[in-house]
Amino acid sequence: MTKWLEENTPKLVLAPSFIAVLIFVYGFIAWTAWVSFTRSRLLPRYDIEGLIQYERLFASPRWDTALNNLFVFGILFILIAMVLGLILAILLDQNIRTEGAIRTIYLYPMALSMIVTGTAWKWILNPGLGVEAMVRGWGFESFTFDWLVNPDMAIYTVVIAAIWQSSGFVMALFLAGLRSVDGEIIKAAQVDGIPTWRIYTAIIIPSMAPIFLSAFIVLSHLAIKSFDLVIALTGGGPGYATDLPATYMYAMAFSRGDIGQAASSAMIMMMVVFAIVVPYLYSELRSKDD
Amino acid sequence: MTDISMTSAQSQSQTGKIVLRWLLYIALGLFALFYLMPLFVMITTSLKSLDEIRTGDLIALPREVTFDAWRTAWSGACTGIQCEGVRPYFWNSILIAIPAVAISTLLGAMNGYVVAQWRFRGANIIFSLMLFGCFIPFQVVLLPMARTLGIMGIAGTIPGLIFVHVIYGLGFTTLFFRNYYVTIPAELTKAAKVDGAGFFRIFWSIFLPLSLPIIVVTVIWQFTQIWNDFLFGVSFSQAGTQPVTVALNNIVNSTTGVKEYNVDMAAAIIAALPTLFVYVVAGKYFIRGLTAGSVKG
Repeated sequence: MTKWLEENTPKLVLAPSFIAVLIFVYGFIAWTAWVSFTRSRLLPRYDIEGLIQYERLFASPRWDTALNNLFVFGILFILIAMVLGLILAILLDQNIRTEGAIRTIYLYPMALSMIVTGTAWKWILNPGLGVEAMVRGWGFESFTFDWLVNPDMAIYTVVIAAIWQSSGFVMALFLAGLRSVDGEIIKAAQVDGIPTWRIYTAIIIPSMAPIFLSAFIVLSHLAIKSFDLVIALTGGGPGYATDLPATYMYAMAFSRGDIGQAASSAMIMMMVVFAIVVPYLYSELRSKDD
Repeated sequence: MTDISMTSAQSQSQTGKIVLRWLLYIALGLFALFYLMPLFVMITTSLKSLDEIRTGDLIALPREVTFDAWRTAWSGACTGIQCEGVRPYFWNSILIAIPAVAISTLLGAMNGYVVAQWRFRGANIIFSLMLFGCFIPFQVVLLPMARTLGIMGIAGTIPGLIFVHVIYGLGFTTLFFRNYYVTIPAELTKAAKVDGAGFFRIFWSIFLPLSLPIIVVTVIWQFTQIWNDFLFGVSFSQAGTQPVTVALNNIVNSTTGVKEYNVDMAAAIIAALPTLFVYVVAGKYFIRGLTAGSVKG
């Protein structure tokens, strides 16, 4: 008995966590998937009815807006954050004496809650007293910057705040990548008289492909999960102009009492995440086993 | 030496270099302004009176510094019907974060130790399944979790939120410790086993003393995640057990009375202070956690 216990201690230690993950991750996903195929409204029902929730979902103009917003927000956010992060990393990689301090400044937003970020930008971007009023106060009376309350433009304020929050982090990733490039190759290229910009575009950046991939994965993951920032910055408004799938799901689950819609929208979110993350994780785990 | 034989062309390229250097520093400085501006605006706004906010400039320094907004934000601002400021919610966040961080870190250390050093058949699959849990959008577990917390009788309570944070933090904490412990040679465990040391003994006297750096990284990561959490906080709390992020959002979006921007800003800074403090004193570990959490392995 003690021998058995001794041999199986590692398994017994891991077991509670593993069981918890099985139930609270995989079991719960299964539950949500099941309910997404039922007619559940205020209370869950368990008779499978097929795809009616998904049909309702894709017939809903609000969901349509949410998906469109995710698309616009996701692409702009990922693209600009990556470009900005790369530029910052390259600028910082030029033997800057105050690098530590500057890095700290670029990265601190990452320590803040999205609610804090949203609150700050909501104040800065509010047309009545924020940037618009400030520029008007300088004498440009007709200056208009009302994106926050303009249904067509509000989603871009979410992009601005999200980039402010996350681009420093992308910079940190890229900076680590730049530093890990083989110094000998760079030196050899410098000796050959190759200009610095060529060294970057032809040698350093191509060798950082895996870092681009990680940055892309992290940013797309952040984009799909974006919830707090929208809630704090625009509340999904004006109207539901800045709804994202995450806010749609929350509204259905907790304010509209439409569990079927909440479940089906959550499943769509998960499929989008999986489509991006699974191939990545799979290749990562495989390469580790080799 | 090139200095001695410097031609005029070279000295020209030298001035070019200096100009370039200046441009570089100016660019870096402008970016620094972009990142600092919101913090600056938050601080100055929180120190102004409402009158000054209405008549003044967004980026102007306060003419008269007043801490009234901070006092209101801390103990008087309204989150809906209650007007106690963020103080009770700040306290809630502490009560949630400390146990949740401690438990998830401890479990992560044990799990990581097993997965890295006591490999058994299937251990890798178990680890992969746990790792996968890090990546799910939490929306997919919100509904069943709300019901489960209800069945467990901890819906809307602080223990309920601690439970949720521990469960969904396990994947990351296990990952951190596992990646740290795989770098420790397996011979160490083998030798200790030969000397008669058991599973827990080896963990306590060999692995734990080596673990300080990864404990710091994990604690900072978990603390930041849990303190800044909003989704779980807003979904699984009720009046009185809300974390500070939820209270902040309620203060900012409360529609009763005059909009007090200075109070909003003071409340936002208060909510941000703990994680900012951690970042300033232990930035190195914070960044290590961020990069380890994203570029795994």
